[in-house]
Amino acid sequence: MGSKVSGRRQRRRIVAAALVVATVAGTGYAATTAAGKEQAQQVTLTVSLFGDFGYHDLYKQYEESHPGVTIKESIQDYAVHHSNLAKSVATGAGAADVEAIEVGFIAQFKAQPTRFVNLRQYGAGALKDRWLPWKWQQGLGSKGEIVGLGTDVGSLAICYRRDLFQKAGLPTNRTAVSKLWPTWQAFVETGKRFQAKAPKGVTFFDSGSNVYNAMIGQVNPAYYDRSGKVIVASNPKVKAAWDLTMLAIGAGESAGFAAFSNDWNTGYKKGSFATVTCPAWMMGYIQGQAPATKGKWDIALTPGTGGNWGGSYLAVPAQSKNAAAAADLVKFLTSPAAEAYVFKQTGNLPSQPALLKSKAVSGFKNPFFNNAPVGQIFATSALRLKPQVIGPQQGAIQTASSNAIQRVEQKKQTPAKSWAQFLKDVKALS
Amino acid sequence: MSDGAAAAPTHVARRRSATRRRLRRLDTKLSPYLYIAPFFVLFGIFGIFPLLYTAWVSLTDRNLLAPTSSFIGLQNYSELLRDEYFWNAVVNTLGIWVLSTVPQLVLALVIAHVLNRSLRVRTFFRMSVLLPQVTSLVAVALIFTQLFGYRYGLVNYLLNQVGIENVNWEAGRLSSWIALSTMVTWRWVGYNALLYLAAMQSIPDELYEASAVDGARSWRQFIHVTVPMIRPTIIFTVIISTIGGLQLFTEPFLFQPVKSGSTGGSGRQYQTVSMYLYEKAFGGTQFDFGYAAAIAWCLFLLIAVISFVNYLLVRTIRSADA
Repeated sequence: MGSKVSGRRQRRRIVAAALVVATVAGTGYAATTAAGKEQAQQVTLTVSLFGDFGYHDLYKQYEESHPGVTIKESIQDYAVHHSNLAKSVATGAGAADVEAIEVGFIAQFKAQPTRFVNLRQYGAGALKDRWLPWKWQQGLGSKGEIVGLGTDVGSLAICYRRDLFQKAGLPTNRTAVSKLWPTWQAFVETGKRFQAKAPKGVTFFDSGSNVYNAMIGQVNPAYYDRSGKVIVASNPKVKAAWDLTMLAIGAGESAGFAAFSNDWNTGYKKGSFATVTCPAWMMGYIQGQAPATKGKWDIALTPGTGGNWGGSYLAVPAQSKNAAAAADLVKFLTSPAAEAYVFKQTGNLPSQPALLKSKAVSGFKNPFFNNAPVGQIFATSALRLKPQVIGPQQGAIQTASSNAIQRVEQKKQTPAKSWAQFLKDVKALS
Repeated sequence: MSDGAAAAPTHVARRRSATRRRLRRLDTKLSPYLYIAPFFVLFGIFGIFPLLYTAWVSLTDRNLLAPTSSFIGLQNYSELLRDEYFWNAVVNTLGIWVLSTVPQLVLALVIAHVLNRSLRVRTFFRMSVLLPQVTSLVAVALIFTQLFGYRYGLVNYLLNQVGIENVNWEAGRLSSWIALSTMVTWRWVGYNALLYLAAMQSIPDELYEASAVDGARSWRQFIHVTVPMIRPTIIFTVIISTIGGLQLFTEPFLFQPVKSGSTGGSGRQYQTVSMYLYEKAFGGTQFDFGYAAAIAWCLFLLIAVISFVNYLLVRTIRSADA
């Protein structure tokens, strides 16, 4: 490892030692915002997203109806986008006029409401009834500031393999399957039935933490109480969800894959698990991973009361020089017409009840999933979910819980020991 | 009149030459600094300033998203020294470092020895050991992660052929270290081999001839002539791989099945110090910059200490040569 390479490594060390400074410099995508000048006629609005939100045609539409406005979009990947936004927000420079925030990060950002434009100033308060109550609630700061307006929701259903269910002697019809598991207890019981006759090497579900997170998503309060205190250790409902997950793992129902791992991806192709907790965007993921399984999948309702995994918000950082114009653009991009359009473009599920109940959504069927009425299933799930209090360390607590469940699945710790370590990790976070 | 007229220009000339002399003196004094200034200015901005600023941040409770932060003295450090996850990361880093450096350097020596002999298409072999170096680090990590997969990895498939059960490489402590060390070794062994090869080529042939006369065969020549003669190069590679190994980040980070966090496995079995720093600063939603800065400084000190030990080693080797 000679001078050139050691130089690079050394620089990496300095970079590591200077993470903080690097962020103060706040390079990020400063260049894209420089164009934003407060001029009556000519305004350039920058929009920063992760992944494609399907907005291109909407920008054109907006530019046509608002002469003088030019919209520029920049897209980064999920993790980079959010850490860049954190840097920009911290340094007061470099943010775009409109920033997307995923639900996993919304609590952390809305805990700093002064860093964002309160969209209530621009009349967003009157639009409240458009959104699902829980979606609306999650975008609010502690004093009711409107930090972000909802774009899409992930919603949640259970995707299952009809062929594997049949081999295990379970019903395959989606209505009958939904009836198998009115509750999570029943879901785990069904798993035991499945496991008794399952083909060799096939488990009932993919990952304990996916099932656990779906259960936690239906509990309120779960990790945080209304005052913002972390109540993981004292909340019996969290422990109940944990215990039920442990029961299922103990019964051999989990394949023990970590979501998005290589083995998980291969598991789709090989059909090594029969069910997976499925947000709307997962349909595309499964199709991409295992195109050959077309027609073998179907979709049933979640046990319990609906659910959600993913979905985003649009916010305007306080540092924006075009706050009024940007707020107007946010209202436009989250309007019912826009969300309906995006659903057609990308399949991202709208976060507004009126749209979820509309024909465009509820009539949507997916041939890959045996022509299941996926629009209706996901809409039902999103409508049934109740709002949950989420807090700033929600994401870190979830990481800790996933690790804890993995430790049991990998047989490294007993459930009791792993739970104790999970509680310790959570305590260190708060 | 004529005297005065002549005196005035001489006076001016004398003064001018004095100015020139002073300028020249300034030139000889100042110019060297100007010549080296670009490096030091850049080093100051990108090297020293971040270092000092990080030291300052490590004394505060700064959170990236919080509007204010306050001075808390050495609290981050005292917390860090009691933090079992930090020590766990230190042990992991040292463990992976030893597991990757030792086989890597031994293997590099052997390869260099082979390449040093008269082979057919020698240049081809010499260049091909460098191939792993030009491969993108991310590609290397992703492919090795696939190879070491639990259920469907190629390594486990091969192990199955000889009757060994699947090993969950990522989940175990030692097994994950072995997988990561394999990645590091694969990538760096050729590079070190070339360094050794260069050193071996400067060994005078007379030594080999003399040892051959004494009856030494290839292996004994290697042990008794080659290795002692390239000792300074060996020490150099040890130091460089120390610095590199202690900052190991990309390989273990990409080895994680879930890349959004930075815990290095469910039980933190292969979380390195750099990864722990990243977890505190950017992993998930923590943004705990004060603490991360303290980790950065501890890592810096750790590397400084180990490098100092290496420096002492180098000195003893030199005096042995003399």
